[in-house]
Amino acid sequence: MSPSIHELSAGQEIGSRTVEVTRTDLVKYAGASGDFNPIHWNEAFATGVELPGVIAHGMFTMGSAVQLVTDWAGDPAAVVDFQTRFTKPVLVTDTTGTDQPGATIEVSGTIGKLDAEAGTARVDLTVVSAGQKVLMKAQAVVKLS
Amino acid sequence: MTINPDLQGRSYPAAEVYDVGREKIREFARAVKATHPAHFDVDAAKALGHNDLVAPPTFAIIIAQRADAQLIEDPEAGIDFSRVVHADQRFTHHRPIFAGDRLVAELHVDGVRAMGGGAMITTRSEIFALGSGDSREPVTTTTSSILVRGEGQ
Repeated sequence: MSPSIHELSAGQEIGSRTVEVTRTDLVKYAGASGDFNPIHWNEAFATGVELPGVIAHGMFTMGSAVQLVTDWAGDPAAVVDFQTRFTKPVLVTDTTGTDQPGATIEVSGTIGKLDAEAGTARVDLTVVSAGQKVLMKAQAVVKLS
Repeated sequence: MTINPDLQGRSYPAAEVYDVGREKIREFARAVKATHPAHFDVDAAKALGHNDLVAPPTFAIIIAQRADAQLIEDPEAGIDFSRVVHADQRFTHHRPIFAGDRLVAELHVDGVRAMGGGAMITTRSEIFALGSGDSREPVTTTTSSILVRGEGQ
């Protein structure tokens, strides 16, 4: 069931989600998206271009963060606009062969703004990894019933 | 290597058609750790009033980045892909993307500005679904900025 605009107010929390990331996840995302930039899977290449190590695709972080909104909205088609700035890289350590994640991303969302005329709610996402905000101005506009 | 400032205002016309398949929607949804049944189960999508599987909100990045590749691989552009960092991204959906869509993207270079030894380049992809005959339906507008880092940045 999708939320009703009349039952929502700005500042309201919509929930939170934890995303665990491994190097395997980055290889899967590379294959699914077609973004094979080696900074997302090759340590030597990443450090060779002055990065601290292998980093997640910004689009992996953005794409996994929006699931909180999709699930809350009840229909992925309700997300009519979604934007973000990428401020800090998500460093993913190599934990291959263990059951540990290489990074953890914490996502939480609040209602930023309601537009009764358009029938939309703007959800503002806070996305944090290793104690730092990795996305800024992460905003999804949801069409409500 | 320096970025060609004349790129601003350049457009690349719609090239190859991207056919949106059910298995690609499922694969992409799994890759972004999405679990909503409308990405996986046709009956669940139909129960929400859709004709077929619904793509995740960022699925259009596949088509947008293919369009961007025309610019990044353009020898006249002077872009070193290994020094590209994604700075921002936006998707405006005029309608959702569904399995069975046949999509094309027109790429527009909206901004080029020097930053230190590098440059910030803003591109916009207008994504359309091909209909019958010559008809095209606007589906998604994506905008993205990439920072091409200069040496030592």
